[in-house]
Amino acid sequence: MRHRDTTGLALSITTSVALLIAQGMVFLYAPREATMGDVQRIFYFHVSSAWVGFFAFFVAMLGSIGYLVKGQRKWDRLALSSIEVGLAFMAAAVIMGSLWARPVWGTYWTWEPRLTISAVQLLVYLAYLMLRAAVENPEQGARFAAVYGVVAFVTVPVSWFAIRWWRSIHPDMLTSGGEMALTPRMSHTLAASLVALTLLYAAVLRQRMRLGRFADALASLRTYVEREGVDS
Amino acid sequence: MGHLRKIWAVVVKDIALECRTWEMISAMLIFSVLAVFAFSFALDLRGASARGAVPGILWTTVAFAGTLGLNRSFAREQQSGCIDGLLLVPGGRAAIFLGKALGNVAMMLIMETFLLILLSGLFSVPLLRPNVLGVVALGTAGYAAAGTLLAAVAVNTRAREVMLPVLLLPLAFPLLIAAVQATGGLIDGKTLAEVSGWVRLLIAYDVGMAAIATLTFEHAVGA
Repeated sequence: MRHRDTTGLALSITTSVALLIAQGMVFLYAPREATMGDVQRIFYFHVSSAWVGFFAFFVAMLGSIGYLVKGQRKWDRLALSSIEVGLAFMAAAVIMGSLWARPVWGTYWTWEPRLTISAVQLLVYLAYLMLRAAVENPEQGARFAAVYGVVAFVTVPVSWFAIRWWRSIHPDMLTSGGEMALTPRMSHTLAASLVALTLLYAAVLRQRMRLGRFADALASLRTYVEREGVDS
Repeated sequence: MGHLRKIWAVVVKDIALECRTWEMISAMLIFSVLAVFAFSFALDLRGASARGAVPGILWTTVAFAGTLGLNRSFAREQQSGCIDGLLLVPGGRAAIFLGKALGNVAMMLIMETFLLILLSGLFSVPLLRPNVLGVVALGTAGYAAAGTLLAAVAVNTRAREVMLPVLLLPLAFPLLIAAVQATGGLIDGKTLAEVSGWVRLLIAYDVGMAAIATLTFEHAVGA
């Protein structure tokens, strides 16, 4: 196991540069939105975080399927790491959404479909972490979590339709003003934010998986020492 | 033994066991009556407001009473060691899942029959109609499919009974939305065709969940 992670370092540096560029574009390059004003600038990172959150849960589903089919630890590490990182991004997206909603819609929370499904996904994957914490045998925990990871992701499209129709039946006046037209500069800024936050996801995921690998190595060393004693 | 006979054997075993103890049905029944009373007191239900709240009360009660029954259905498998015997049947894991799920659907349907009678009587809402019963059956099938898989997982965790609702409810949200909307529409006098979008969503959830749960169940049981 290498202790100097050159690729990880390069990835971290690229991510930092991309984040700086995206931040700069959000505040300096993107135009001031006509009706919402500067508040709208939170939109770029908000949308990007939500996208990364869903993408992370998708990756977690792939990891879960991989673990159920192949049974190798690395797939489970991928699923768990991606869910932990995805939860952080999804929480950030929901919080930023609320901050945006307050001045624009006049309330921190509405049952707007995209907001609602993000919150439901948060609850689903918090349950995933609770499940992991509640199983002692690591192999069994990984297997149960993989089952949950697959089943959970399958409910996403059904959730999406259910929540959308649910709100369209009780139309919400607050959300009708939520759509806005994107100018080219806004699109560029959104693209830059997407790239920057996706890189951030990749960088953090990589570190989290590395940490998981070390934790596994430490666990097996502990078992070895307990069995054989320190001297042998 | 054919696949259908294996499934049937599991269903018959669960029903026979239930007939001897009545522990699952009785717990669900008493809980559902308590829940309906708690809702009536908490929401102060009268007249029109009761009518609007009935679909919600029906499905929240089904969801919570359902987790009680589903927990029991695997807890007693494990206490008696019966699940270990079942798992020895060659190639029978999908059959165990379908058998357990069907058994759970049957228990929940019995509980729901009483619940529907109770709600119709208390709030004078016409619930005992074929189309409402159809929606109830569809919602129950999907809930029991997801619940049976997750109860098998939950019974092997440290938190046991606490784990099932935490795992199941967030995954059941789309099912609950669709079931409440379809039931509410039918109570308001809409035809089945008018709520067909919700009914199709229920069917999609049922089919998708049954397929995924049958495929993954073998990983959810055993040490």
